[in-house]
Amino acid sequence: MNLVESRTTTTIIYVILGVAAFTALFPIALMVLNSLKTTPEIAASPLALPLVPHWDNYAHAWQGAKFSQTFINSAVLMLTTIFLVLSTGSLTAYVLARKKIKTWKLVTAYLLATTTAPIQLFLFPLYFGFAKLGLINNVFAVSVVYCALFSPFSIMLLRTYFLAVPKELEEAALVDGATPWQVFSKVYLPMVWPGLLTVALIVGLYTWNEFLIATTFLQASESRTAVVSYFLLSGQYSTDWGDLMAGAMLVTAPIVILFIFLQRHFIEGMTGGSVKG
Amino acid sequence: MHRLFVIPTLLINVSIILIPALLTVVLAFYRWDGISDPTFIGFANFEKLWGDRIFWKALKNNFIWTAMFLIFPIATGLLAASLLLIIRRGRTLLQVIYFLPMIIATVITARIWQGMIYNPQNGILAMLNQYGFELRDPLSQTSTALFGVAVVDLWHWWGFMAVIFFAAMRQVSQEQIESARIEGANYFQLMRWVLIPAIKPTIALMMIMTVIWSFLVFDFIYIMTQGGPAFSSEVLSTMAYRKAFYELDVGYAATSALVISLFGLTAAFFYIRIQNKEGVE
Repeated sequence: MNLVESRTTTTIIYVILGVAAFTALFPIALMVLNSLKTTPEIAASPLALPLVPHWDNYAHAWQGAKFSQTFINSAVLMLTTIFLVLSTGSLTAYVLARKKIKTWKLVTAYLLATTTAPIQLFLFPLYFGFAKLGLINNVFAVSVVYCALFSPFSIMLLRTYFLAVPKELEEAALVDGATPWQVFSKVYLPMVWPGLLTVALIVGLYTWNEFLIATTFLQASESRTAVVSYFLLSGQYSTDWGDLMAGAMLVTAPIVILFIFLQRHFIEGMTGGSVKG
Repeated sequence: MHRLFVIPTLLINVSIILIPALLTVVLAFYRWDGISDPTFIGFANFEKLWGDRIFWKALKNNFIWTAMFLIFPIATGLLAASLLLIIRRGRTLLQVIYFLPMIIATVITARIWQGMIYNPQNGILAMLNQYGFELRDPLSQTSTALFGVAVVDLWHWWGFMAVIFFAAMRQVSQEQIESARIEGANYFQLMRWVLIPAIKPTIALMMIMTVIWSFLVFDFIYIMTQGGPAFSSEVLSTMAYRKAFYELDVGYAATSALVISLFGLTAAFFYIRIQNKEGVE
């Protein structure tokens, strides 16, 4: 709105927005602050600054949650899932964006329907099926599950990028004798990379943070994800809150740093498709 | 040729979601502990569910949850979005701040609130109690546990709504807003007659999604209270999970899952209709 607001109105608006920002940041600030304090210090006052920063909290949390193992598990799970979603999803998104075939409407509706299905609707047979096939504690099997869960929204998002590519490019390539695969890989993929990056970030974020599937399918200590190992740590020593907040920082920091640098992609990817007009 | 491109997606999706989902429908008519052979028992699971006090409690909690999430995040989201539209400086920064809780893992968010805020030994609660309040950990009381969890979920959720509504409001034509202002419309009139009607499709979609998500809610409750104390914060999804993996009553869990899906499905029907309207051109 470009009309000039009165000073008072502007002040009131900033105060309201400021209070909202404070609410959003306050618990996060508590995590940062208390990750450097001992438990007695936290009990004395959760708001006070640490007398001496206790960096050893981080070392305790790192060992207690076995992060040297579980961070690798999370990273492998994340990269495999991103690869699976991008490779299968971009193919489907391309076809749904460019090829007019009656059944695609059905495919789209099916994919949208699966995004609204509760995990419990397929979780139990899937778990006992995986158990029978020996796929419990298998990071790669879980990445296939994530791929199924995260593909539909990724496809819908990627589809808009494919739609934005001028059709003439494809036609020109076809005239030059390119195969459908070449059209996809040589003409389209280089043009939709911002979409691929956005999807990779969101899928990576969701995979890193995911709890229900990870805690159900990856139970052995060698295959746990960082989030699940943190969950178990915080269940065990739920009194040492300094260490626990340090552990929380370790799990959260990589994500927050990425978010701050690439917030446009994150916000666009997570809200994409939600704005109707 | 192009049909082949869709096969990997469909293959993965069908084998992970569709086939197990159909098996869940079948399992709902069986008694099964996950190991031995399933026994067909007809509608016995459904009858058991009908007479299960915890099921009704969980269902009621899902409805309370849905009501809270239909009101609070959408109202605050609309308020924050419309105010962001008025200001000129700090929009991006504020959006990023509001969005931040959304990217933190549920487990982390839950533990921060449990340890730093709700904890009666060393949280903000303990601090307030030193000043003479007599607050108890809301998660430990049957009357407040559900709301205690809901506050945490709302805290991480409302900013998402604000960002979505703000994106929608930015697409409203400037002329429309300005002419309303010139005619002397105040904030509430502007909201009522210009902004809200203009972004109605987005609001409708978010309300549908809220209903779907509210029936799926699992993580925050499972992590913070596991449905307790005394099932006071139990919802359908935590109940189904407990039945399957703690009590090994997989058939009964499948029946509960079907009921959850029924509510989700009704909302999903509307969701797909809205999405497809502008979907495949």
